Amino acid sequence: MGNFILKMMDKMKPTFSKGGKLGWLHSSFDAFESFAAVPATVTSGRTQIKDCVDIKRVMSAVIVALLPPFLFGMWNTGDLHSAAFGLDWGFWMKVWYGFYRILPLILVSYIVGLGIEFAVAQVRGHEVNEGYLVTGFLIPMIMPIDVPLWVLALAVAFAVIFGKEIFGGTGMNIWNPALLARAFVFFAYPSTITGDSVWIGGMGKHADKLIDGFSGATPLAQVADGAAGAPDFMQMFIGNIAGSFGETSTIAILLGAVILIWTGVASWKIMVSCVAGALAVGLLANGCAEPGTFAAYPAVNHLVMGGFAFGAVYMATDPVSSSQTEVGKWIYGFLIGAICVILRLFNPGYREGMMLAILLMNTMAPLIDWCVVRRNIRRREKRAVTAK
Amino acid sequence: METIRLRKGLDIHLQGEAQKTILQTLAPEVVAVRPSDYKQVTPKLLVQEGDVVKAGQFLFSDKKRPEICFSSPVSGTVKAIVRGEKRKLLAVEITPDAQTEYVKFEPVKEPSKATADEIKKRLLDSGLWACIIQRPYGIIANPAETPKAIVISAFNSAPLAADTKFTVKNDVDAMQIAVDALSKLTDGKVYVNISAKDDNACPLSMLRNVEKTLFKGKHPAGCVGVQISHLCPIGKGEVVWTLKPQDLAAIGRLLSKGIYDVMRLVAVTGPRAINPAYVRCTPGCSIESIVKAVGVKEEETLYGQECGVRYVSGNPLSGENVGRGGYLGFYDDQVTLLTEGNYRELFGWAKIFRPKKFSTSKTYFSWLCPKKAYKADTNVNGGERAFIVNGVYEKVLPMDIYPVYLLKAILAQDIEKMEQFGIYEVIGEDLALCEYICPSKIEIQKIVEDGINLMLKEMA
Repeated sequence: MGNFILKMMDKMKPTFSKGGKLGWLHSSFDAFESFAAVPATVTSGRTQIKDCVDIKRVMSAVIVALLPPFLFGMWNTGDLHSAAFGLDWGFWMKVWYGFYRILPLILVSYIVGLGIEFAVAQVRGHEVNEGYLVTGFLIPMIMPIDVPLWVLALAVAFAVIFGKEIFGGTGMNIWNPALLARAFVFFAYPSTITGDSVWIGGMGKHADKLIDGFSGATPLAQVADGAAGAPDFMQMFIGNIAGSFGETSTIAILLGAVILIWTGVASWKIMVSCVAGALAVGLLANGCAEPGTFAAYPAVNHLVMGGFAFGAVYMATDPVSSSQTEVGKWIYGFLIGAICVILRLFNPGYREGMMLAILLMNTMAPLIDWCVVRRNIRRREKRAVTAK
Repeated sequence: METIRLRKGLDIHLQGEAQKTILQTLAPEVVAVRPSDYKQVTPKLLVQEGDVVKAGQFLFSDKKRPEICFSSPVSGTVKAIVRGEKRKLLAVEITPDAQTEYVKFEPVKEPSKATADEIKKRLLDSGLWACIIQRPYGIIANPAETPKAIVISAFNSAPLAADTKFTVKNDVDAMQIAVDALSKLTDGKVYVNISAKDDNACPLSMLRNVEKTLFKGKHPAGCVGVQISHLCPIGKGEVVWTLKPQDLAAIGRLLSKGIYDVMRLVAVTGPRAINPAYVRCTPGCSIESIVKAVGVKEEETLYGQECGVRYVSGNPLSGENVGRGGYLGFYDDQVTLLTEGNYRELFGWAKIFRPKKFSTSKTYFSWLCPKKAYKADTNVNGGERAFIVNGVYEKVLPMDIYPVYLLKAILAQDIEKMEQFGIYEVIGEDLALCEYICPSKIEIQKIVEDGINLMLKEMA
């Protein structure tokens, strides 16, 4: 079987090589070829041997880490749907419903995003980057399940072209492309990503069939508006609540965090400092607030509601758009957590502060790094002076 | 003795460590001196084909610095002058005599009483000056300068490296003479850095009148650049000289006996060597004669592909791929026989377990058997990408440097930034491990060398 695939590719290779009939597609062919088999390239510089890890492996680790919240999201989507419409569904039916609803989003995300990636690689004559395999998986997970597919397609196109390709592709971008897609939807089509009816599958279209008194509001909105019946800490920690597809279950996200930290793909410093920042501002607000207001809401609950946990684990830690220096990572993470809670407390228009906090700090990360690196340069200059 | 502990680094365990036995003293059919062994040297030929030369006789000099010349390691007849494109001098090939005849130099009776100029002159006259490498840039030292220190690494921590406990154990007296003489050339100290693992077992620990420091930690603890950054970091305008133990011994022999004797023990290592062990030969010895002594596993099939042998002069992380027809490099005391990784591994990157391959990444499971020795091959294991993952290089670079910033400054050809980020402190070998573990497969050593070349061009 393996030999068969390799032989097939050898046979097709001349057609797709420069000068061949489909030579203009060589980047795409290379992408598939290197996907199927690690290429036979050998080292050419002074480093004669190399570690067997590559970007494909790193990205695969992120995908694996994303599976717990993804699987939970499938069940949760089905569970909330059956609760909203008074259906008596079993476990597998709920999972099936979630799968049936998320599949089109994933497909659209990958087809549009990878399509653009391949086209750009083709035009530039580069190899196709693996980065979008993660981004394309992340984007549906941070969208409401009812987001229209055409809006999603536009968001993906915007994120890939303006978030990544104009900077030169994966590794060169300033902002996290997945969050940029979400920000695009938020600013361009706010009604598809805000309000109380977008978070439960089918709720917008079939509002008449809802059971009486069902609210599709996210806990964050419920608490901020002082509405009754907001879920408690444990329920939010487990994640059986309304929200974007993948963001609701803190426990599943923690599982992913363990994988990311263990494999060393994401920085634990950013995650820890992010939590510290949120708690610091939250506790400060708790201390100053009058009882009964949103500011008095227990700080620790901020960690399990909305997109905080998902953002802190999967988004803030994006190695390209985050801070690059170890000291910088502490500052960067802390500010994300702090700004997120500040936005939640003081921005009644849009309570979910995580997206904007991360994008803002993505913008600031190079500045933080500049300050950290500047210290290193000073140290080196000072050393030279004292030596003389 | 002070101990400096380095917490960052990586020891790569490979199959084919050299047994501590000397197989034979080689009598190669041909010995070659290659200008490319010496960085930044433009050769001016001083001999012709058919000339009879002695060991220690000049073969070519450096056009830019004519006082620096390069000698024949053996006596014999110049067999061929090998030239490449645009008549570039590639090698001077010599057919050695059965019995080596040496050029006679006046021995320096008491190096501690000799002046700096006398010692410099003797080293320049014999061609052994080329042993002294300066930092920054890793080029041959400028005799007109006085370095702020001379640093000698008494151990090599690279994978499968030759063990100085074995290679120079009988050369303590010669090395003592050399350090006594070299200490005249600097205002500062002569540092000798010993592995904490070896400590008193290291022959260089017996040297007197030097500043000894123990270094504890994984590779690159033995890299002299890393050691310098902890002992006497180099700023703009400062120079430190470095030497290797086997060259120290050669200088000692020159000063005491008056001969250019660069004979050394060379570790022949690597997974493709049948009987990895030491041989005695001079630099420039043909690889053919070296591998004949240890035997080479000619056939190896990986993933259904016949894989040839790669002949590396030096260690697997910073050596040079010289080929079977190549020669041992001037500064090298190791030859590594690796497997060419020209195979395709089906869905290699997606396999959960890849027991034949080593990775520092926890996405694989090499960490389960930390002592296992691997059969390394030369497959790149992926395609080249931009800088994506951050914080990985820092784990194997025990220096106060931000490697990615330095590399980006070099790529942008920004001289000022390169200075600020520490281009004076590094050469390629110091960052070899960064290149080894880089998941983006960026050719870091090449970038660093490009940066150094740019600095030399701009500063000239």
